[in-house]
Amino acid sequence: MSADDKPGPVRPEWPLYEVFVRGKRGLNHVHVGSLHAPDEQMALHNARNLYTRRNEGVSIWVVRAEDITASSPDEKDPFFEPSGDKVYRHPTFYPVPEDVPHI
Amino acid sequence: MSGENIFTGMVEEHDGDERWAFGTGFTEALAGVDTALPEGVDGGELAQYCQMLGDDALVQAQRLSQWVTDAPELEEEVALANIALDLIGQARLLLARAGQADGTGRDEDAFAYRREAAQFRNVRLAAAPRGDFARAIVTLLALSSWRLALMSRLSRSRDPVLAAIAAKAVNELTYHREYAVSWALRLGDGTEYSRERTAAAVAQVWPDTGELFATHPVEARLAELGVGVDPGPLRAEVHDVLVQVLTAATLDAPAAFPESVLAGRSGDHGPELAPLLQEMQEVARAHPEATW
Repeated sequence: MSADDKPGPVRPEWPLYEVFVRGKRGLNHVHVGSLHAPDEQMALHNARNLYTRRNEGVSIWVVRAEDITASSPDEKDPFFEPSGDKVYRHPTFYPVPEDVPHI
Repeated sequence: MSGENIFTGMVEEHDGDERWAFGTGFTEALAGVDTALPEGVDGGELAQYCQMLGDDALVQAQRLSQWVTDAPELEEEVALANIALDLIGQARLLLARAGQADGTGRDEDAFAYRREAAQFRNVRLAAAPRGDFARAIVTLLALSSWRLALMSRLSRSRDPVLAAIAAKAVNELTYHREYAVSWALRLGDGTEYSRERTAAAVAQVWPDTGELFATHPVEARLAELGVGVDPGPLRAEVHDVLVQVLTAATLDAPAAFPESVLAGRSGDHGPELAPLLQEMQEVARAHPEATW
């Protein structure tokens, strides 16, 4: 282990990735968590090891966290509240045929 | 996907087995496999053979587990521990088969915890010192490439149990090799410093690779019967793989593997194995019959 003795150059911190997994019977990829990785391919490897090791998934997406544009918590009220009292926007006023799945 | 829990969609039918919150639908590798010994095979020899392949996996897994809490990143720690767990899974099945084959009915724990170092039959490379991360990657690259070549052939064994274990192992080892390759490329073709340390790792690992292709008499006889695999002829194939990877990683691959000499396979181990086993066996020996 002699190579271990001298300290190496300081390594910059790896970027953060968000992980989305599609379960076996799931229709959509679902956000399951985040991880650090040096690049996209290693992020996929890490996601496989961290989030599908209990047989959860059949497909994985990873995306750099900094590439996600998110709504701001401060703007929560003007952003979301106006939809709170408009129940008529839900498609619950129609009869849905029984053989239409996934609704 | 409906439901409050994001994992709802990840749940398979599990026949009322409620142990699993999510990630269900597991399969047993040996479900429905005939466990009778194949005709013309000596049970004692088959047991020895299962110990060789089982001990390779068990000892390598124990060595890999030493990265837990000590890997460069949490993510790599989980990855190495995952690989170790895959190997422990292979070891359990192989050692349990050894207990069936030799007629003692010993379970895998009896083999793992109740034998001394001299009774282990793993190749020396499996027990080789942990070293730095580069050495771990190069060791994993060599061992997984070799074991994958071996298990691919063993999946056509006349022993249905060995064939089933090998078939399961092939998928696992394909991933282990891919993981090792992706890191070998990044370390070798990374910075000047990472390249230097990876080249040093190749030099450390290479002397132990010769034994991977040494044929033990038991392996030769079982290969003759279509039950085992003679590792000798795998030499060229595995060398091609390593040359390809190391070249892509801008590293110099040695021209050939060293001469094949039996060592660990006949119980002749380096000084590393005994302390490694002592660590693995300590709790089981201090508290025999304990369960949790």
